[in-house]
Amino acid sequence: MLSLDKLQSTGKKATRDGFGAGLKAAGDQHDNVVMLTADLRGSMKSEDFINTYPDRFIQCGISEANMMGVAAGLATAGKIPVTTTFANFSTGRVYDQIRQSIAYSDKNVKICASHAGLTLGEDGATHQILEDIGMMRMLPGMTVINPCDYNQTKAAVQAIADHHGPVYLRFGRPSWPIFIPEDTKFEIGKALHLSEGSDVTIFATGHLVWKAVEAARQLAEEGISVDLINIHTIKPLDEEAVIASAKKTGAVVTCEEHNKYGGLGSAIAECLAKHHPTRQEFVATDDTFGESGEAEELLEKYGLGTKDVVAAVKRVLGK
Amino acid sequence: MADIQELKKIASQVRRDIIREVYLCQSGHPGGALGNADLLVALYFEVMKHDPSFNMEAEGEDVFFLSNGHISPVWYSVLARSGYFPVEELKTFRAIDSRLQGHPTTHEGLPGVRVASGSLGQGVSVACGMALSKKMNGDDRTVFVLTGDGEHQEGQIWEAALFAPDKKLDNLVLIIDDNGQQIDGATKDVMYMGSFEDKYKAFGWDVQHMDGNNIEEVVTTLKKVQTKRNGQPTCIVMKTEMGMGVDFMMGSHHWHGKAPSKEQAETALNQLEETLGDFPAEGI
Repeated sequence: MLSLDKLQSTGKKATRDGFGAGLKAAGDQHDNVVMLTADLRGSMKSEDFINTYPDRFIQCGISEANMMGVAAGLATAGKIPVTTTFANFSTGRVYDQIRQSIAYSDKNVKICASHAGLTLGEDGATHQILEDIGMMRMLPGMTVINPCDYNQTKAAVQAIADHHGPVYLRFGRPSWPIFIPEDTKFEIGKALHLSEGSDVTIFATGHLVWKAVEAARQLAEEGISVDLINIHTIKPLDEEAVIASAKKTGAVVTCEEHNKYGGLGSAIAECLAKHHPTRQEFVATDDTFGESGEAEELLEKYGLGTKDVVAAVKRVLGK
Repeated sequence: MADIQELKKIASQVRRDIIREVYLCQSGHPGGALGNADLLVALYFEVMKHDPSFNMEAEGEDVFFLSNGHISPVWYSVLARSGYFPVEELKTFRAIDSRLQGHPTTHEGLPGVRVASGSLGQGVSVACGMALSKKMNGDDRTVFVLTGDGEHQEGQIWEAALFAPDKKLDNLVLIIDDNGQQIDGATKDVMYMGSFEDKYKAFGWDVQHMDGNNIEEVVTTLKKVQTKRNGQPTCIVMKTEMGMGVDFMMGSHHWHGKAPSKEQAETALNQLEETLGDFPAEGI
């Protein structure tokens, strides 16, 4: 069992580095894993895979729509195609291609998307997608995963290669604390209980899990006990874990680097409204686009910092 | 060499199937379906090596993708007549609980269909993926994909047009149904398309031409390009007549997406010889 004491940063690396390491491992495991990219091989940190398996690397140029179709064709023939580009170009730009050629056609394509959310930073709002979880979650049959650190991303890539069906895997650009122990098992659709608590539940995904860990430590000092749960798989949602924790604490905060509409917060609210209506606060962007800046500055400005998680907990507890 | 008379007989029955499919559900796209009957009969009954017991991965088989999915009635007829599923299932076209959806899909598990199509411009990319996979696997069979001329107004087609020559997909044959018609009118009036030959040549494709309603020429042309391996993908600009085989459906875009009345259906069927037996259906 994990606990706040065990969740210490052991260094920093980007989740996209975790993707690169995971892809190499998945490639070692499955000789039908092929990687596609739309002119962003460097950003995807996948040189290890590409250098080891040059014949399984497909450069598609800046043609994301075609890349999704090519991936569907490769999957039809039994390959496990992994498409790679930024999250914005992996989803919004190619929604209909994913919808018809991949999701509706039940193709075993792994859509791996880096640079999601505000923490992409200086490139600004054109590239900082905050709607992608919502879009992908709406597609029937699509699995949606947003891992929280290097180790979890690496494990997630190996898990999705073993899993049959279309997957959206979302990760990011910045160097980020590594705090999930390397030997932690990654199970698609299974919530990861990070810390037992009794006063309030925090459900967190992606980069914001670290903010939630820091917030839980602060709250513990103030005598507030947090049941901290990492929802790395937003779809299918681990409803059993969500309901059990909501029943235990009676107050819920969701944390994500995404718009407040359509993402983790919405998924939790949909689940609890049906099974166990519970007070909820949303740490998410407030229906806005982002802007240029450094990752931490942006999280601060848009209400996704540690202090924002702490404040949301106090609001939901009426303190 | 193929028995051309035999293929013509099959094509006549396929055209009857198309009229009856769209008449029964009073919806669908007869015009383009009729225009492509000769092509699909040539592919499935003469040119392609394929197995109606249907294996999604198609290892060791030639593969056909339909990118302009709205002409599904012709594909369904040809698949059924080739043994992929029972011919009588054609009467369920576009009905509730059918595997024969308005636009083709894998979702209901219809044998012969490998990807959904209908939202235009996507099929060439998928065909590129299949052709690339065959290259990677050392499988020397050929991938055919049919697209519309109006469909070439979709940008994704041109992304795929760049991709295929870059990857030297000489096992890919792209066929453009150049019937000059689309929903809103003559293609030349909707959007000036210029020369497909010039465009595809400039992109690095090997370009051929054929009369898509001359089944002998279709067979000859397809067989010639099927085994060609010169490093270049092939584009065939195929002239067809929308509505071919039914006089009042030819020569305009009017029958792109419209079902015939009972009287019109009977007039059409009178122009098409029943050669293999109609599928059983009430009222027609």
